[in-house]
Amino acid sequence: MEREAEVDLARRLMRGDANAFDHFVEHFRAKIFHYSWLMCGQREDAEDVAQDTLLKVFESFDQLSEPERVRPWVFRIARNACLMKRRKSVFAPAKELSLDDFIPAINHQGGHAKLQIADWSGLPDHQLMRSEMKHVLDQAISELPENYKPVLLMRDVEELSTLETAQILDLTEDVVKTRLHRARLAVRQKLDEYLQSGGRALSSHT
Amino acid sequence: MELHERTEKCKEVFSLLSEYLNMELPPDACQEMEAHIAGCPPCVEFAESLRKTVELCRQYRPSELLEPLGKNAREQLLEAYQKMLGGRKALALGSVKTD
Repeated sequence: MEREAEVDLARRLMRGDANAFDHFVEHFRAKIFHYSWLMCGQREDAEDVAQDTLLKVFESFDQLSEPERVRPWVFRIARNACLMKRRKSVFAPAKELSLDDFIPAINHQGGHAKLQIADWSGLPDHQLMRSEMKHVLDQAISELPENYKPVLLMRDVEELSTLETAQILDLTEDVVKTRLHRARLAVRQKLDEYLQSGGRALSSHT
Repeated sequence: MELHERTEKCKEVFSLLSEYLNMELPPDACQEMEAHIAGCPPCVEFAESLRKTVELCRQYRPSELLEPLGKNAREQLLEAYQKMLGGRKALALGSVKTD
């Protein structure tokens, strides 16, 4: 669902249009569940977080002064619910990722520089979500250190802006940019390793 | 020497690539970057792999499926919503009375 459709649902709920209720719940429940599942790693915790978040959302719906901000507003509540839940459970520790770890090696042969990475050119955009690739991506994202994972989820999966992400996570915009880049590089590297090892099958058909 | 310089510039491009893909770079930095990338196949190749990574993340939905919402859980949410609406109406009525 596009953000405009979400904003429309939020406006209708504010007007007291109960027909928007189930659409809103279904849509955001799935989003929050997926976010918290990746953050907590436990199905039960993720379901609890989704319910706790929606409860808080409806209790305080009249505090949403700008319906245009419904997505970041819901995610801010979800993020806090997730933090509360995770205090009680085990999660991947915070760790700093260094840019140097992701710089690919370059071979200089006959004056030509060649990167030591997989051939991504044969991978059309619409083929990216094949199941094997999705599994690799699942793993790559879930293995991100806990201070990088939410940034990538907010910016690239939920397509929130840098400013919105910074506000949700209590970070500066510069920190969001830095962490996003490193998280992307880490995920890119995992996908690259997969493509170099055996993912050729993904690009050789069609 | 030329190769060495190129590598230093490549590192700079490498560190700014996400901001470039997000169109968050200032115009002059962006132009400088494009000028370098235009003549550097390794940077083109790397930028393309990162662009596809981002595209993949945008399409990504975790494989874990969510169970349907239980009846009690839905009731709980609906109650919270109606209570919020009721509170707002009461507030509005209150303000009419005092005017």
